[in-house]
Amino acid sequence: MSVLIDAITPVIGAEFRRDEGLHPSLIVCYIVSRENFAEAAKAMKKAHALLAAEWASDETLFGRGFGIYACYRWGAEYLIIKTETPFDDPTFPSLTKRFLPAYRFERQIHSLMGVTPVGHPDLRPWIKFEDWPEDAWPLRKSFDASKPMPRIFGDYKFVRAEGEGVYEIPVGPVHAGIIEPGHFRFQAVGEDILNLEERLGYVHKGIEKRFESLSWQEGSRLAGRVSGDTTVAHSLGYCMALETMTGCSVPERAQWLRALFLERERIANHLGDLGAICNDAAFAFMLYQMSRLREIMLRINHKLFGHRFMMDRIIPGGVTIDIDADGKELILEELKKLLKEFNKLVIIYDENSSLEDRVRDTGILIPDKAREICAVGIVARASGLNLDCRTQNPCPPYDRIEVNVPVLISGDVHARAWVRVEEVRESIRIIRRILETLPSGKISAECGIPSPDASGFSAVEGWRGEIIYWLQAGTDGDVNRCMVRDPSSVNWLGLEQAVLGNIVPDFPLCNKSFNQSYSGHDL
Amino acid sequence: MIRIIKQIIRTGIVTEPLLPEVDAEITEAGAKLEEAIRKRFRRSLTIRQVDAGSCNGCELEIHAINNPIYNCERFGIQFTASPRFADMLLVTGPVTRNMEIALRRTYNSTPSPKLVVAVGDCGCNGGIFGESYTSLGGIDKVIPVDVFIPGCPPTPQQILAGIRTLIEDPKK
Repeated sequence: MSVLIDAITPVIGAEFRRDEGLHPSLIVCYIVSRENFAEAAKAMKKAHALLAAEWASDETLFGRGFGIYACYRWGAEYLIIKTETPFDDPTFPSLTKRFLPAYRFERQIHSLMGVTPVGHPDLRPWIKFEDWPEDAWPLRKSFDASKPMPRIFGDYKFVRAEGEGVYEIPVGPVHAGIIEPGHFRFQAVGEDILNLEERLGYVHKGIEKRFESLSWQEGSRLAGRVSGDTTVAHSLGYCMALETMTGCSVPERAQWLRALFLERERIANHLGDLGAICNDAAFAFMLYQMSRLREIMLRINHKLFGHRFMMDRIIPGGVTIDIDADGKELILEELKKLLKEFNKLVIIYDENSSLEDRVRDTGILIPDKAREICAVGIVARASGLNLDCRTQNPCPPYDRIEVNVPVLISGDVHARAWVRVEEVRESIRIIRRILETLPSGKISAECGIPSPDASGFSAVEGWRGEIIYWLQAGTDGDVNRCMVRDPSSVNWLGLEQAVLGNIVPDFPLCNKSFNQSYSGHDL
Repeated sequence: MIRIIKQIIRTGIVTEPLLPEVDAEITEAGAKLEEAIRKRFRRSLTIRQVDAGSCNGCELEIHAINNPIYNCERFGIQFTASPRFADMLLVTGPVTRNMEIALRRTYNSTPSPKLVVAVGDCGCNGGIFGESYTSLGGIDKVIPVDVFIPGCPPTPQQILAGIRTLIEDPKK
């Protein structure tokens, strides 16, 4: 039973090829003509699929032009539709009118790869700034990434609102707190937000291009630094995509240890976020309590795994560090104390009426909108979408662990906070289960090198949501392209929708409840 | 309310050794820090943190020095929202091309002595991102740096110790 393939077969007819190079073989990639690329999107929309990612790859080294890929998702099923465009006519039909997240994916493809989505309503550069040379397309193979680029004069046109009493508030890129840089442009009347426009790209470090100059092994280190707070999930995503390409089978013990790291990362980040959300509603008590619990957890990470965020503990083929009986004991002891304290704090959160006044009905992302922007992760689950890769597309060991996914429908700040509360409890339960059943054996295996023109796909549920990696091997087995889709790439759109009609002083609270990554988005 | 008060009393002051071997180091760093801050900055050192392109890992650890366990405020260290009130800039890197101008402007808005601390491997030399079309490398490629705190990311103790070395013996 395959809903997406059934929906697409009548549309693309006989004219299509299957991309045999894609791993794992469960995920299907069809190569269609440029016209059918748009038709396929229409069929996908009709089948209620979500657009998970859209990206381009420069395949000139294989003697082809550019490959444009759109990845759709329906429940557990992923389907990739690819079209090829010749080098001297780099255009493809835009999907933006059918799928909202394509709006930014396509601006990015246009800016960084120099391939034009025909019919796109807004082709202002994205991530590429106005002072870059116009013909600088860093993801093309012909681009020399080692040289600095000259600055040219240019202007970025923000959306304007005019009328009596309408004014503009520019915020950033250097924000007031200890957070990452990005620019927000508010149009407001009095205190009410009429429109919010995000402008991101300030922390564009050229990560996707950098992957192409690193070896497969070094790539997992770089993946761990796409977004520092999600280091475990990103290196896991990268390694899983690579392992499917090389056919490496990861030892069972390593798989369970990876899940242990992933759940610990989830708890630590959720604790930090819950404290920060309350702090933005001027409830500093919770910030101090939660950051204390978080710090205790990070110290145990350091003690057991040698790094507070467990960076570089996941490598292609397995993990670098094991856990012994004393370590297990320490974690169980820690979780017992943590859960007890956490539950007390949650009662305080729940009973505080002035806090409730701030977080309820603030920053609502209604379920329809969340669906429209194809939201993922916490944001989706707080707005009624039951999406979680751990249950729908489970990588081992999640196929043997039952995960309860909390879903709320109110879509406000409280819902996003409450999803985190439930997930902390659930992750504590999962970790206990992992420690109970942790199989014995080796913790890593030889990973090997993928064959030329092979590609690998993986989806991992990080603490923010679904992270997608797509790797493509080059002509002599090096990295031709590494596509990273952090959950932030789509969820940032949700913030723009959620703040409409709220007051400007509630923006920090809304923003914190989303807590999207700038670095993971800008790459 | 009664629950909040109970929780506060039950928690007590956690700014105390948790793991003795680690904490000996912080307290020592802290005592020296306090003395230096008292002398040079009249008991108050104000820091503006600037993310010039980091992956957010260093920011998490800078957040951590504000938590009740490290509690940097007891040494007179305070984070400010505006560079105009800052004695020191705590900058994480690598400096991206898109942040270069913003970083320069922040530096120019900071009053003297404009102490600058580069945090993290990337802030020191660009780290794994190196130098490329969009990454300019370490912070010192753009503004003068007084102290480098390496580490990926450096621990909160290392960050506090790095700030100390600067204010005890600033070059300017």
